[in-house]
Amino acid sequence: MAALRQIAFYGKGGIGKSTTSQNTLAALSDLGQKILIVGCDPKADSTRLILHAKAQDTILSLAAEAGSVEDLELEDVMKIGYKDIRCVESGGPEPGVGCAGRGVITSINFLEENGAYDGVDYVSYDVLGDVVCGGFAMPIRENKAQEIYIVMSGEMMAMYAANNISKGILKYANSGGVRLGGLVCNERQTDKELELADSLAKMLGSRLIHFVPRDNIVQHAELRRMTVLEYAPDSKQAGEYRTLAEKIHANAGNGTIPTPITMDQLEDLLMEHGIMKQVDESQVGKKAEEVA
Amino acid sequence: MSMTIDEKKAQNAALIEEVLKAYPEKTAKKRAKHLNVHEEGKPDCGVKSNIKSLPGVMTIRGCAYAGSKGVVWGPIKDMIHISHGPVGCGQYSWAARRNYYIGVTGVDTFVTMQFTSDFQEKDIVFGGDKKLEVIMDEIQDLFPLNKGITVQSECPIGLIGDDIEAVSKKKSRQYDGHTIVPVRCEGFRGVSQSLGHHIANDAIRDWVFDKTEDKRPDFVSTPYDVAIIGDYNIGGDAWSSRILLEEMGLRVIAQWSGDGTIAELENTPKAKLNVLHCYRSMNYISRHMEEKYGVPWVEYNFFGPTKIEESLREIASHFDDTIKENTERVIAKYKPLMQAVIDKYRPRLEGKKVMLFVGGLRPRHVIGAYEDLGMEVVGTGYEFGHNDDYQRTTHYVKDGTLIYDDVTGHEFEKFVEKIKPDLVGSGIKEKYVFQKMGVPFRQMHSWDYSGPYHGYDGFAIFARDMDMAISSPIWGLSKTPWKK
Repeated sequence: MAALRQIAFYGKGGIGKSTTSQNTLAALSDLGQKILIVGCDPKADSTRLILHAKAQDTILSLAAEAGSVEDLELEDVMKIGYKDIRCVESGGPEPGVGCAGRGVITSINFLEENGAYDGVDYVSYDVLGDVVCGGFAMPIRENKAQEIYIVMSGEMMAMYAANNISKGILKYANSGGVRLGGLVCNERQTDKELELADSLAKMLGSRLIHFVPRDNIVQHAELRRMTVLEYAPDSKQAGEYRTLAEKIHANAGNGTIPTPITMDQLEDLLMEHGIMKQVDESQVGKKAEEVA
Repeated sequence: MSMTIDEKKAQNAALIEEVLKAYPEKTAKKRAKHLNVHEEGKPDCGVKSNIKSLPGVMTIRGCAYAGSKGVVWGPIKDMIHISHGPVGCGQYSWAARRNYYIGVTGVDTFVTMQFTSDFQEKDIVFGGDKKLEVIMDEIQDLFPLNKGITVQSECPIGLIGDDIEAVSKKKSRQYDGHTIVPVRCEGFRGVSQSLGHHIANDAIRDWVFDKTEDKRPDFVSTPYDVAIIGDYNIGGDAWSSRILLEEMGLRVIAQWSGDGTIAELENTPKAKLNVLHCYRSMNYISRHMEEKYGVPWVEYNFFGPTKIEESLREIASHFDDTIKENTERVIAKYKPLMQAVIDKYRPRLEGKKVMLFVGGLRPRHVIGAYEDLGMEVVGTGYEFGHNDDYQRTTHYVKDGTLIYDDVTGHEFEKFVEKIKPDLVGSGIKEKYVFQKMGVPFRQMHSWDYSGPYHGYDGFAIFARDMDMAISSPIWGLSKTPWKK
């Protein structure tokens, strides 16, 4: 058996991380890989398409019921979904209370200590929106994910988030050996999206590993709580995810230490591609009516 | 044998230089600002204060939680103070600071009991508000005679964003306006316990005064109502102070906060004068009462007959001639008693040198008591003083006194080693270091399980204790076996 590969999907909230990751992992599973998905989002929706249901029994909710995480057994929290993919959800507090970041740390420690990683080829972490605190950086710290895949699009804020996540990776790259595996562009049909994503990837010292075109079939599958791979295995979109899965599978050891850029550089990038006009400092902060 | 003032100053300055040599350059530069030799005539002691302690040094300071729970709120006897967070902070502050009180513990008073929410991992992750509500319900159920609850925040509360204010309001409504006070005294706030005092004072302002105005219409004022502010009744200090005020003809309507109650706090804005002992920990609320309710305040010092006499007259000056005459009678009554104490102990303590390092008001306030016994304070410093404390200190210390702010373990040891005082007065953490050096020691936070030291009664005990420490035959028996 090959060595365990640990990967993680990061990206701006709402970018399609969970959808992209689940479809890709379903495709990886079709390639014969044994997979464990660790959902690190308090919303606990990182495994919904694999399990055909939102996971009810998260590690943290069960731990809270039982008293502490030490009272849990692995079987209590691990669910088996499509093609025997193992799924666990960290879970966490409702928005606005407690400390979700500490929850991620607790959950991952629990999984490691209880042998959740035994007998799988891949562990994939699906992490919420942004690396807001140390807890959500847990998967990129020492001996956790080796490669990070950033899901992004041609939108300014998605690119901004991708750059921020790169900063997080850089912080731990030298101490823990985490690498940026590449960018995955989940098409939003913005102007010159492919070129932009490609340029950003290069500036970050990485590459655009795949450009996933927009296709409504993803939506149809998702309404049925399924991946496209399961819902329409012969569709063109399923093929896209298979390609992405193959690329990730072949990408072992090819990750890089990212070179995050400044906000100015990011703006320059947008200007270079004609998305944004040269910033006229006199125009900053002016309303449309004032400019006219 | 005896040095001139200039020689002493030069020696102390050289000592500071020497002590600083042990530090890396940056640390030495910063610590140098906290050490000085006092120059008479200067407006303060010439040291920086209330600044973050440096990493790597051993500081004697506490945290904001200690300042609020341990100092200001903890002694309020008929309230239950919840140490909200993981169990350690509550465990180590259990039983408070020997803040004596009258009452039946566990029935109508709770000072030496410990209540904690004992946070577990799940409380960090999911937040502790629900648990806090359950605790308040349990308190109401198990201790129905409690007159109020405070929530003393430990560090994690401020990190995970718990809404203790909302919980307090909700439960207060549920229990018919029961006083419930959330205190944001998370330990990481500020540089020492000092900020905790301030936060605790502000909590009294916002959650006691502002919510209970006119709550006690049955309170009948007299022209002689005073409140003792900043006396924590350690070993009974507030009691030995209170009786003097009462002998003067004043009515003490509140004790803040030693042996104090929530009702006393609520009544205090009706006082004619607030008499303030520990300026550091309660000047904030005194100033507030002056601004909002027009209650003047006056600082006093009840350590040693000289300062007590001055203070009694100062307090009396705010009242009519009856009080002033009474005061003279009180002073005259105690004079022979105090003279007897001095006659007994002064011959044995005359000329003995003392070095102090304490908190609050004591680094300056006790100097007079030592001087009444013929002793000399040659070095002093504050754990968490501010510049206004060092300004006030100039009225007490002699020219050339060594001043050390937020002293480090290294500095204090070296200073004592070189100066060789006859007595060191500091805390429990320091006690055994100096006793092992063969230097007599008294704990000046807890009065070494003795006390009271305030008032005339306290001075007799103070004198006995200092004599006991210094004149103990034990020092003659401690020989160094390898030095024949």
